[in-house]
Amino acid sequence: MATAAIEVPRKSEAGARAIRRDPPLVRWGLTVLALGALGAFIVLPLAAVFVQAFAKGVPAYLAAIREPDTLSAIKLSLLVAGVSVPLNVVFGVAAAWAIAKFQFKGKNVLVTLIDIPFAVSPVVSGLIFVLIFGAQGWFGEWLSDHDIRIVFAVPGIILATTFVTFPFVARELIPLMQSQGSDEEEAALTLGASGWQMFFKITLPNIRWGLLYGVVLCTARALGEFGAVSVVSGHIRGQTNTLPLHVEILYNEYNYSGAFAVASLLSVIAVITLTLKKFLEWKTKEGAK
Amino acid sequence: MSISFKKPSILPGFWPAFSYTVLYLSLIVLIPLSAVFLKSVTSSWAHLWEVVTSPEVVASYKLSFGASLVAGLVSVVVGFLVAWVLVRYQFPGKALADALVDLPFALPTAVAGIALTTLYTEHGWLGRYLAPLGIKVAFTPLGVVVALTFIGLPFVVRSVQPVLADADAELEEAAASLGASRWQVFRLVIFPVVRPALLTGFALAFARALGEYGSVIFIAGNMPMKTEITPLLIVSKLEQYDYAGATAIAAVMLTASFLMLLAINALERRTRRFMVMG
Amino acid sequence: MKLTTILRYFVAAAVAGAAAFAGPVKLLNVSYDPTRELYQDINAAFAKQWKAKTGVDVEISQSHGGSSKQARSVIDGLPADVVTLGLAYDIDSIAEHARLLPANWQTRLPNNSTPYTSTIVFLVRHGNPKHVKDWDDLVRPGVAVIVPNPKSSGGARWAYLAAWGYALRKNNGDDRKAQEFVTRLYKNVPVLDSGARGSTTTFAQRGIGDVLLDWENEAFLALNELGKDKVEVVTPSVSILAEPPVAVVDKIAAKHGTAQVAKAYLEFLYSAEGQEIGARHYYRPRSPEVAARYAGRFTNVQFFTIDEVFGGWQKAQKRHFDDGGVFDQIYLKGR
Repeated sequence: MATAAIEVPRKSEAGARAIRRDPPLVRWGLTVLALGALGAFIVLPLAAVFVQAFAKGVPAYLAAIREPDTLSAIKLSLLVAGVSVPLNVVFGVAAAWAIAKFQFKGKNVLVTLIDIPFAVSPVVSGLIFVLIFGAQGWFGEWLSDHDIRIVFAVPGIILATTFVTFPFVARELIPLMQSQGSDEEEAALTLGASGWQMFFKITLPNIRWGLLYGVVLCTARALGEFGAVSVVSGHIRGQTNTLPLHVEILYNEYNYSGAFAVASLLSVIAVITLTLKKFLEWKTKEGAK
Repeated sequence: MSISFKKPSILPGFWPAFSYTVLYLSLIVLIPLSAVFLKSVTSSWAHLWEVVTSPEVVASYKLSFGASLVAGLVSVVVGFLVAWVLVRYQFPGKALADALVDLPFALPTAVAGIALTTLYTEHGWLGRYLAPLGIKVAFTPLGVVVALTFIGLPFVVRSVQPVLADADAELEEAAASLGASRWQVFRLVIFPVVRPALLTGFALAFARALGEYGSVIFIAGNMPMKTEITPLLIVSKLEQYDYAGATAIAAVMLTASFLMLLAINALERRTRRFMVMG
Repeated sequence: MKLTTILRYFVAAAVAGAAAFAGPVKLLNVSYDPTRELYQDINAAFAKQWKAKTGVDVEISQSHGGSSKQARSVIDGLPADVVTLGLAYDIDSIAEHARLLPANWQTRLPNNSTPYTSTIVFLVRHGNPKHVKDWDDLVRPGVAVIVPNPKSSGGARWAYLAAWGYALRKNNGDDRKAQEFVTRLYKNVPVLDSGARGSTTTFAQRGIGDVLLDWENEAFLALNELGKDKVEVVTPSVSILAEPPVAVVDKIAAKHGTAQVAKAYLEFLYSAEGQEIGARHYYRPRSPEVAARYAGRFTNVQFFTIDEVFGGWQKAQKRHFDDGGVFDQIYLKGR
């Protein structure tokens, strides 16, 4: 009697745990479905890029990458990312500090405003800078009188890219800093640390992995932005073409293998980004523990 | 004034950080965006109304909103499935599959557009098997949906995944020990937990899809009244030097996007509250 | 180190007084889509000639894109010393909206400022399986026609007007019949790419459609790129004389101090050497001598001009391609 009374709950406990373990048929069925969907939507396009990139063989691939216009596009893309990412990092840290560590009125509105560039059509993101800095725009005359070029030159491309990648770092840091609270910082201050000491010794180490994660995402997007940059670039060969624009140009010159070769370069950047991101995610979790 | 605006704190640096945030936000985002609205009102209201309600533009809203909606829904179903498999099951190559989910996010949209078109035209890798079945993807609204799903999928997976991973195992076990079937547990225990995250993922995918340009123009075919997306019409207006018309359509889209964002943030707050309660 | 490099880049790019820098003279030629290969050769030849004549190096940069898009970029501040666009309306727009050159720009160079001409021809698949010989074959049911969107592509506007002009001629000037014909033609169009190059890719790479309506020079370029075993060029009996014009953008050239070299650059297009290069790239030369030498390249077509049939670009644009124009109505009625 007594043994039976103990055995019943035990059995049901095991049964209850099993609820989280689906039967093999369901498990495999769903796994195959999910992987099939990932394959069709994501792996195949990626594979298509690489197959076409190497369609004319490795020498043609290398030649396309080494072409002077491709190299200048790579340089420009790196320069653009090199300026816009640090700008957005400084902003992201400042915004996250103000939003995560303090309570003030209108915070929700501020958070929504920071998100705006994310939902703006890339075409509009480029257009706004033409409206302001274009020859017919607000500052058009003044700029042209002073021989300053913004749109159809590098500064315009940097502005458009900065706009598009604006929310990435802030959006990554705000929840992270919110979840960490401010006990450690307060302790440091009570122990006599200055504001900057507290920031560099406590805050920065705490958010470093999240920050890096934001930087990685921001960089990937900065290198890959097409629509907005296309509107402000002017498409001058070897001067204002970023990598994605160069892909379009090669494609339009019937140089399909060249276009896909450059595209594959961008895909490699994407894959490296994803690998880095995975590593950082893992690090963030470690850090949280 | 400042006392009632901000709760006091012993932490330093609020005012510099806050001022810098507002200044930078204004310079890079708010002032440039206001140009859209200011430029559009340089024309008469009648003209603006005519532009944003002309049949071609209305057809493009239908396509842009409709395709984004469908793509969002497909992303929700497929994304939930992918998230479920990635969280609940073990299989070889799982880490790789998990990493690949973000690819659409990192891949430049023009590259995605060209690659998808290559796959889905009548003679493409996938298109050639679909064509005999009478399914045309490239240069139809379906093609637009495919491109937008590609763009939207990661948002759903990444919204649902953490919620699913953190979901309380004991709740499910308790339900099972109380005699609930597998389906009942899913419907009554798991689904309510992930529902807010699914909604957030949907809203993000939808908002992103609405403005998407690079990947869509290659696959859409750009037929007036049928497969012209709204951002393309903005470009088309610009090429006719109709800046007021272009900015008027842009303003309609911006307003829609802003409302979407407000909804997303409201949803996220609800999700967070839900998580705290759970 | 890195920061200073970045800063230097930024400053160098922001301060556009490029002409003030010591070194070669720099020209920017803003052109339409199909001329990439042409101007690669022209630029090299002109630079050589200019160096021999004046001892000065000249570096010519190119920007290509849809003709209207390029015109808009110049209006918005793309610093073009010269524009070489697909149709006169686009340069008119630069004169009208930005006043960068006088309204009578087209009278400043010979032949309406068009150093070479072209026309609209058909590209069909090898063996011409649908037996497309002339315009009438394009409106037959079951013939899929690929052509770009005339609202964004200059070439597509010429193609539309070519079809319209053909129908007018066939129906003794009956405007309603012409509209009917063009409507039927566009019913056969499954994809409207934004530019000529997009359409060629759709037709050639994607294998969509039976006929591609294209610039003559583009069709021959595609023929050479894709191989004569894949596609054929069919020249219709009647077509439009497409006149892609060129002009110096006075205000910008004056500011850069390049007015003289820019003018010489465009005049070079009219020279024997320039005409030869054009003919080699399948642009019909204006020079009778060069035309005679390359007569074998071009099939005889009965041409009509836009001025004869449509009363010029301003009228044609307003009636057919502006928002709410005939082209829009074709698609509205199609529903």
